[in-house]
Amino acid sequence: MPNNQSEYAIETKNLFIFYGAYAAVSEVNIKIEKRKITAIIGPSGCGKSTLLRSFNRMNDFVPSSYVTGEILLHGRNLYDKNVDPVQVRRKIGMVFQKPNPFPKSIYENVSWGAKINGFKGNMDELVEQSLRGAALWDEVKDKLKKSAYELSGGQQQRLCIARTIAIQPDIILMDEPASALDPISTLRIEELMQELKKNYTIIIVTHNMQQAARVSDYTVMMMIDDKRSGGVIEFDDTKKIFTRPKDRRTEDYVTGRFG
Amino acid sequence: MNNHYPQNESFRAALKTRYRVANIWQGIFIFALLVSLISLTALIYNVMDGAFGYVAFEYKKDPATFTSTPVENLSKEELLVVLKSNLSAGAYKKLDNEQPMLNRSRADLYSLFLERLVQLDIKQIWSLTDSIFHSAEIKAEAAQKYPKAKLEFRSWLTPQFLSSPMSSKAGFAGVRTAILGSLWLVGIALLFALPIGAGAAIYLQEYAPKNWLTKIIQTNINNLAGVPSIVYGMLGLAIFVRALETFTSGVLFGVTDSNGRTILSAGLTMGVLTLPLIIINAQEAIKAVPDSLRQAAYGVGATKWQTIWHFVLPNSIAGILTGSILALSRALGETAPLIIVGASTFISVDPSSPFSKFTALPIQIYQWTTRAQPEFHAIAAGAILALLILLLTLNATAVLLRNRLQRKY
Repeated sequence: MPNNQSEYAIETKNLFIFYGAYAAVSEVNIKIEKRKITAIIGPSGCGKSTLLRSFNRMNDFVPSSYVTGEILLHGRNLYDKNVDPVQVRRKIGMVFQKPNPFPKSIYENVSWGAKINGFKGNMDELVEQSLRGAALWDEVKDKLKKSAYELSGGQQQRLCIARTIAIQPDIILMDEPASALDPISTLRIEELMQELKKNYTIIIVTHNMQQAARVSDYTVMMMIDDKRSGGVIEFDDTKKIFTRPKDRRTEDYVTGRFG
Repeated sequence: MNNHYPQNESFRAALKTRYRVANIWQGIFIFALLVSLISLTALIYNVMDGAFGYVAFEYKKDPATFTSTPVENLSKEELLVVLKSNLSAGAYKKLDNEQPMLNRSRADLYSLFLERLVQLDIKQIWSLTDSIFHSAEIKAEAAQKYPKAKLEFRSWLTPQFLSSPMSSKAGFAGVRTAILGSLWLVGIALLFALPIGAGAAIYLQEYAPKNWLTKIIQTNINNLAGVPSIVYGMLGLAIFVRALETFTSGVLFGVTDSNGRTILSAGLTMGVLTLPLIIINAQEAIKAVPDSLRQAAYGVGATKWQTIWHFVLPNSIAGILTGSILALSRALGETAPLIIVGASTFISVDPSSPFSKFTALPIQIYQWTTRAQPEFHAIAAGAILALLILLLTLNATAVLLRNRLQRKY
């Protein structure tokens, strides 16, 4: 990918995402700031996850899905014919809703992604660095050879974050990363995100209004229209969205009057 | 709002009816289980009844006419001398050609001694049930009808039976050739069908687009799994035995004394027969690998093949292997396609290469049960036991493999 530095991490232009003939997401034009946390919120079924997954081409695995419009990364459309999705995912990592560590040891969970992407440096160092980066090192440093499945749910999710930062992406996508976790684990993930945003751009989908308000710098508010197609109705500073929203529907949603 | 639900007494009455219906269904299920248990018991009883029992036999010639020492004490060397001096030169040479006499075991020579010289002659056999419950009558009957005969309680499934080749005399016949034939068949079928079946399953599950064409292919695979085995026999005859004769007969590899009716043709036929089952089982195993695992791999920038190789296959290999072994145990019991492909019914030479002529356990059983003499039915029962043991061993291997290979997280 050409490395012409654009000022935004990701920019979408007139983006539509289709499942067959049905437009799940319509007309999205947003610019995601670098090294900030952007939250995507909205009621169930409004296409938050679909939009998020289009950023690293995870929707490619859904048969009959396709996009029109553009998603620009460094000024280059991610959906250009000659862009390899594997290369996209190498630059845009993802953390999923349910912790899904590999059925391997803790060490291998972090090293595997690096290995298949041809990492040539000191693997032990990378693993330690990544686990420290995910605030997990102190808890697992004595049991790196143990199965990742022996960790608690919150630890597993931080391991998934560690394995994502091990491949040194530019952007980390998080799809409701704390929804399967207890409040304490959730808090640790949120603290971790604040650390991570020093180096990475983070986009997070969340159902939890308080979480969006607590952690994010910007908020994308999505809503479903009368054709059952999701779209962005407001995109602004998180503070503004939660205190002085322009759209009436946003206000209703963030104050809990519906959703 | 009106309450339309039954109350108190009427509720209890309604509940009683509900429980009664439940009990009736439970009864039906227990009955079904009982019927299957009874059938299974009947099957095992039937086989056991034939495989053990009293046998009355005579020596046509007294062992004492060949040697002065009691036969039980004869050593291997002494037996060799006795055989060589009493058999005709031609007969001895023929035996030597089948398997060099010097290399044979003492048990083997002893059974030759009984078969060829003493000429053990089975007069009558009795079933296990009769042998247990009417032992006295049998003894009296045998003493009266065959005054010279010996009466012995024996099992028809013996180590001797397992290690002897085919013979025209039931008392000396064995299933070694048939067991080896069956193992060769299963081996060839596995080598052919496992890689192809697993490959097809991986393609269908992981690569193939979901469109009308793959739907048709999938439906056809499911239907093929139910096609009668004799149809596969016809296919094997047409393709492997006839069309590919230069390959399956071994002419291509310099074998000259063979036609297409070889163990290779039969093994490939068995492979094709089990292929749909193997594909379906492998697909199920691959389907069971959670999608979250695939996404995790793609999420860190893995290619499709890396995802399959590192996660899909290691997590489904146990299921693929056990499914294949279970499919092969079906092939182990198949008779019809083998008859069509041309299994030999009488063969005493062990299969030594893929281009050998062959027989298999079910063929041997079928052939023996069609004979008139009751002693052949007894050895057929013995062979059935051998087949059942082989099947159980295969299935046990499948279970062990699954437990060994299943990833423990």
